[in-house]
Amino acid sequence: MTIEIKTAMLEPVRNTFAHIERRFGDKPATRYQEATYDVASEINFHYKPLWQPEFELNDKGRTAIVMKDWYAFKDPRQFYYGTYVQMRAKQQEVAESNYSFFEKRDLARLIPDTIQQKVIRLLVPLRHVEQAANLNNMYGSSLGYGTAITQALLYNGMDRLGNAQYLSRIGLILDGNSGDALAEAKRYWMDDAVWQGVRAYCEANICVEDWFESFVAQDVVLDGLIYELVYLQFDQWLADNGGQDFSMLTEFIQNWNKDTNRWVDAVVKIAVMESDANKQLLHQWVENWKGKAIEALAPLAQEMIGPDALNTAITALDTRLVKTGLLK
Amino acid sequence: MSKVYIALQDNDESRYIVEAIEESNPDATVIHQPAMIRIERENKLVIERSVVEEKMGREWDVQELHINLITLGGNVDEDDDQFVLEWKQ
Amino acid sequence: MAAKKLNIKDKYRLLTRDLDWDFSYEDRKQAFPYEEFEGIKITDWNKWEDPFRLTMDSYWKYQAEKEKKLYAILDAFSQNNGHLNVVDPRYVNAVKIFLTGVSPLEYQAYQGFAHVGRQFGGVGARVACQMQSLDELRHVQTQIHAMSHYNKFFDGFQEFSHMHDRVWYLSVPRSFFCDARSAGPFEFMIAIGFSFEYVLTNLLFVPFMSGAAYNGDMATVTFGFSAQSDEARHMTLGLEVIKFLLEQHEDNVPIVQKWIDKWFWRGTRLLTIVAMMMDYMLPNKVMSWKEAWEVYFEEAGGALFKDLARYGIRMPKYAETIEKEKEHISHQAWWTFYTHGHAAGFHTWIPSDEELDWLSAQYPDTFDKYYRPLWDMAKEMEAKGERFYTSGLPQLCQTCQIPMLFTEMDNPNQNSMRDTVYQGERYHFCSDGCCDIFNDEPEKFVQAWLPVHQIFQGNCGGPDVGDILKDYYKMNIGHDNMDIKGSPDEARWNKWKGIA
Repeated sequence: MTIEIKTAMLEPVRNTFAHIERRFGDKPATRYQEATYDVASEINFHYKPLWQPEFELNDKGRTAIVMKDWYAFKDPRQFYYGTYVQMRAKQQEVAESNYSFFEKRDLARLIPDTIQQKVIRLLVPLRHVEQAANLNNMYGSSLGYGTAITQALLYNGMDRLGNAQYLSRIGLILDGNSGDALAEAKRYWMDDAVWQGVRAYCEANICVEDWFESFVAQDVVLDGLIYELVYLQFDQWLADNGGQDFSMLTEFIQNWNKDTNRWVDAVVKIAVMESDANKQLLHQWVENWKGKAIEALAPLAQEMIGPDALNTAITALDTRLVKTGLLK
Repeated sequence: MSKVYIALQDNDESRYIVEAIEESNPDATVIHQPAMIRIERENKLVIERSVVEEKMGREWDVQELHINLITLGGNVDEDDDQFVLEWKQ
Repeated sequence: MAAKKLNIKDKYRLLTRDLDWDFSYEDRKQAFPYEEFEGIKITDWNKWEDPFRLTMDSYWKYQAEKEKKLYAILDAFSQNNGHLNVVDPRYVNAVKIFLTGVSPLEYQAYQGFAHVGRQFGGVGARVACQMQSLDELRHVQTQIHAMSHYNKFFDGFQEFSHMHDRVWYLSVPRSFFCDARSAGPFEFMIAIGFSFEYVLTNLLFVPFMSGAAYNGDMATVTFGFSAQSDEARHMTLGLEVIKFLLEQHEDNVPIVQKWIDKWFWRGTRLLTIVAMMMDYMLPNKVMSWKEAWEVYFEEAGGALFKDLARYGIRMPKYAETIEKEKEHISHQAWWTFYTHGHAAGFHTWIPSDEELDWLSAQYPDTFDKYYRPLWDMAKEMEAKGERFYTSGLPQLCQTCQIPMLFTEMDNPNQNSMRDTVYQGERYHFCSDGCCDIFNDEPEKFVQAWLPVHQIFQGNCGGPDVGDILKDYYKMNIGHDNMDIKGSPDEARWNKWKGIA
């Protein structure tokens, strides 16, 4: 029976869903498009949230950023769930083999104690920063508007949990799975003067109400500076001082950062291009949080690498922000 | 006493898991339905890593169970060596 | 240093539970502001037992494996025109209900779990909810992708997102989830995490998906079972949440019981449509709704409530009514859709003689007595060329938003109606259960966006029902709606299959 069916008879009636056709025309759509555009509800929400009766369940008003179309925030990586987990699964496979190689060969024993101590004091506590980033990205995902940006925030939120877990495993490698290094790192995070600025920054950002501002403070400003400072400069410093094998353990976060920055930069650029009002607001947020972040990171940068480290990181962040059109 | 149950997708991997479940819980009931296999037992059901590994002839992580799992009923206790479903009545 | 081996529980604790810290520079209450207003008392989040211990690297690994399998099948399905393998084109209408009525709920579940996954103060509970949030996003996206192929060959799928926000019968599932999401974080968890996920989704995803397999629908069974493989984690989370709340403080028990009463009733109302899909829309039958209900609600749910009895939790209120309803609701719902088939976004039909006999056999106490006569009448009218469509708009229940189609369970010839007055206004309900829910939170349920009220108030365009269907709902009149007999779907199917 099936064999007799002529191909002409099986011409589809339509190429894609109507809302996708309205945006992109009557042609076959990508899986990213069908999984993303106009999936979230727009109207008729029935009940006001008991926890925020001033808003609808899905409401554009939870940020001061204004967009004509919130689906303008196309993810340059075009991640929907399937492509997202498959990409991370590949990266984790590499990370897994790096971690087991490091553990099996007991590479930690080749690293001087002072360097190990420095890693426990200055690198491992970053797992708490990742934890803050997890909260801030989840915040945007749950209260933001339109699937294009909220799904990317969710992926980022989960990535940060993954990063926190990878950083924790560095501690476990150094303490032979006792958890002592993690406890020590947490004491530094709680009490050591070198971390208090960063911790105060994280706590302040977790309490920010505007989800887009929180994204700026975390993903744009703090992450932008930390990436440069820690995963490029400190990584190099470790390599120069007998800790080059740590690179195997931070490679996941380094690669993750490269792909994430493309998305972060795209979000800023799209919001800036939308209107002068957005641009001014973003500028104000960036300046405000950058000021705080520089102050917070200064002692850390000094201890990690030296006096010029933070300036190098600031220059790198500014260069990215110039490309987005936010800074001149 | 109530029944705990677990349902797995009907595929090749599940067949080994079902065999292992039958070995670990000789009085469990196995019910075949379209595209799925349901296994029930009074009160408690155990899936042992070592038995599944023996059936499959390879290393098997208990968390791999989730790939073929459809549904379950009972309190779950999962560790490195086994996956236990139990009612605590 | 010789490393000791970490077992999964310790490893998970070190990698996840220890990430939180006590705030020094801000008030933690400002960071987690919604934990107290519902009256739930949490004395110690550290008592939280992680329901499953999946670190992100394992999550990515296992989920990627599931996705790879799923998309390989979806690709094969569409490359080989898998829609031709379904047993009967009538079946596809069940899938239309799925995409327009259920998939958008998965999206709301993503949003709801993202919200509680941000707002809970305990890191263990938070992370478990975050993973569920990500899973739920997976479900809506894989469902859209699975049905993308059907959309190319059948009517009724193309406006699923637009329709979900507006169409009269879709406001039933939609308002259910809006109710849960607009509640506080703990009620959301009892509503969706516990009541819905632990007991009710099984009825949708297990027997119905098995039915999809039995009716030749490879795409649906694949996404269904693949989604369900995440569900085992979700069920475990739902059970952990309720145990945690009950163990934290005795004052939580009556609050949780009230939520169980509310959400099991709301859930059984919501599942009316699944009952109808199983009994009437699967040409090849796996099991009747009644049987599925007995296995997954009465048996599995019964065991669960026996387990919870040690905390002082009892079966949901109205369990006796619910037990009687399994004999009736699928028939009452399909009859309602059959008679309103001009206003539905899918096709309806009279069951075949063989199917009527199957229903008689499955429902010996009710079908021949109450429902078969209706179909005999419908057949007579259809034979005379007078296929029956009702002209009026149905009155909706203020709580569940289902048309007043249910009868009194002790007198199935008598429609069930209740009403109450709140602030000088009279509100109508389908049942005591729905009336009670309203009376407990009238200020919430008066906000309901009731589609029929909205039509009468002129908020959905018009003036004719036809205009509303076409312009406000974006239904493709004459294609999406009406009887399957004479529909473009049927004509295409016959052409593909070479049926004259």
